[in-house]
Amino acid sequence: MAKKVAFLQGNEAAAQGALYAGCSFFGGYPITPSTEVAEVLSIELPKVGGKFIQMEDEIGAMAAIIGASLTGAKVLTSTSGPGLSLKQELIGYACIAETPAVIYNVMRGGPSTGMPTGPSQSDVMCAKWGTHGDHAAICLVPASVQEIFEETVRAFNLAEKYRMPVMIMPDEIGAHMRERIVIPEPGELEVINRTAPSVPPAEYKPYDTKFGDVPPLAAFGSGYRFHVTGLNKAEDGFPTTKAALVQAEEERQIRKVDANIDDIVTFEEYLLDDCEVAVVAFGSTSRSARFAVNEARKAGIKAGMFRIKTFWPFPDKQISALATKVKAIITPEMNLGMCTGEVKRCSAGNAPVSGIFRVDGEPINPTQILEKIKEVM
Amino acid sequence: MSQRYEIRFSGAGGQGLILAGVIMAEAASIYDGKQAVQSQSYGPEARGGASKSEVIISDTAIDYPKATIVDALLALTQEAADKYSHDLKEGGVLLIDSDLVKRIPAGNFKTVAFPIINTAKIEVGREIVANIVALGAMVALTGVVTKEGAEKAVLARVPEAFMELNKKAFQTGYDKALAAMA
Repeated sequence: MAKKVAFLQGNEAAAQGALYAGCSFFGGYPITPSTEVAEVLSIELPKVGGKFIQMEDEIGAMAAIIGASLTGAKVLTSTSGPGLSLKQELIGYACIAETPAVIYNVMRGGPSTGMPTGPSQSDVMCAKWGTHGDHAAICLVPASVQEIFEETVRAFNLAEKYRMPVMIMPDEIGAHMRERIVIPEPGELEVINRTAPSVPPAEYKPYDTKFGDVPPLAAFGSGYRFHVTGLNKAEDGFPTTKAALVQAEEERQIRKVDANIDDIVTFEEYLLDDCEVAVVAFGSTSRSARFAVNEARKAGIKAGMFRIKTFWPFPDKQISALATKVKAIITPEMNLGMCTGEVKRCSAGNAPVSGIFRVDGEPINPTQILEKIKEVM
Repeated sequence: MSQRYEIRFSGAGGQGLILAGVIMAEAASIYDGKQAVQSQSYGPEARGGASKSEVIISDTAIDYPKATIVDALLALTQEAADKYSHDLKEGGVLLIDSDLVKRIPAGNFKTVAFPIINTAKIEVGREIVANIVALGAMVALTGVVTKEGAEKAVLARVPEAFMELNKKAFQTGYDKALAAMA
């Protein structure tokens, strides 16, 4: 059978990806440039027995998806910068209550209302540090319409597998761009569901570490009862201030991501084998970078690209290795140096890192990157 | 780079330019079997404000999704003509609405002008299809997508009741552009 080919917008692909992953609940509040996700799901979710709810604001939307997730649903919210700021309190709640949830955030100019229709990549630090307290973060940064579909599916998989909120953050260009996409057949992409309890309700504890760092999660309404709180909790879900329990619980929540970095972190290496100058880029900026690298190669410069697909956890190991191999690193990004700082940290002085920063609502164009490549070589 | 063909539809928010770009890209991608990427840039206003929709068409995979050197530009307002003609390539083509763009941008490119919006209003019968008149004209002027592909893409986007109106709008724009170029 011929593959299903469509010409879709990034946001439409995200909605389709969510449906593919088995999303059955969306709670949101519309905001440019992410609204199309809500538009599509408001039409499609009811057709598959799912629920769509537009809440009174972004905080309510985040609370709604946490509640829905605890009933066993796979859940999604979509937003952009100002909405992401509002959601932070409840994102922290999802972290500590270890509730699977996917947050699709389209990066536009900021802070505050900023530039609603302009592209940006300035929410990547908010993905990790937006909510207070120690917590793990997973943030995916797709670069094409096809990848937005696939990475949305992966975001659900990671949320379910590690029992935590996962962010997927295309920039406005990727989210609003339309291009050809081949819709995967059912079964073609892996779809992961959370582990259900193997013990009877009377023996069930929602944070029972005898099952490992990611304890099974029961669904409300299935006969299992448990307590959910934003306070530090013991294995039975009830609040605790016992020092040893709190310490162990906090460390476990970080460890469930740290110990699985190779399962989570994804990246693309483009022409890096003999590379002397590496462009480290993500999202739509990586498309400009690829264009520039190809042009540099035509001019005889050994340029390559390391494309970050998973921003958090950051690909520390790979960037550190890259820095010992190349003569220079260039980091173009639509913010004032967020990724550049991380790359500098990882390269630890082994290669000079030059940033290209734009926050004027215009994309970084290939010529800017090509000029920088020539400048540093 | 020579394989890239770059088209920009520009004007004011609400004129349907993003849709015109989407249809052009669908014609290339779905009906003509080429690669295409459509992107857009517009202000926070619901109506008005300069708006543009860019389409890159290529035989190979497209990296940078925005325009670099524009091959063909449509400008439906003076503001758009002033703002978006700076990177029109030498030997490229500029299509303007002759009623609305009085100061024609200077440059080494071919300018084609006809009253696009009035054509939609008077000859086709509805101002709302001005974007399809413009699309028909751009298809004729650029030759980068097939006329058949573009027509199919238009009809796939419009409700049954408006098929004939849009068909007429597309054909009228196509013919007017060829006549204006001659």
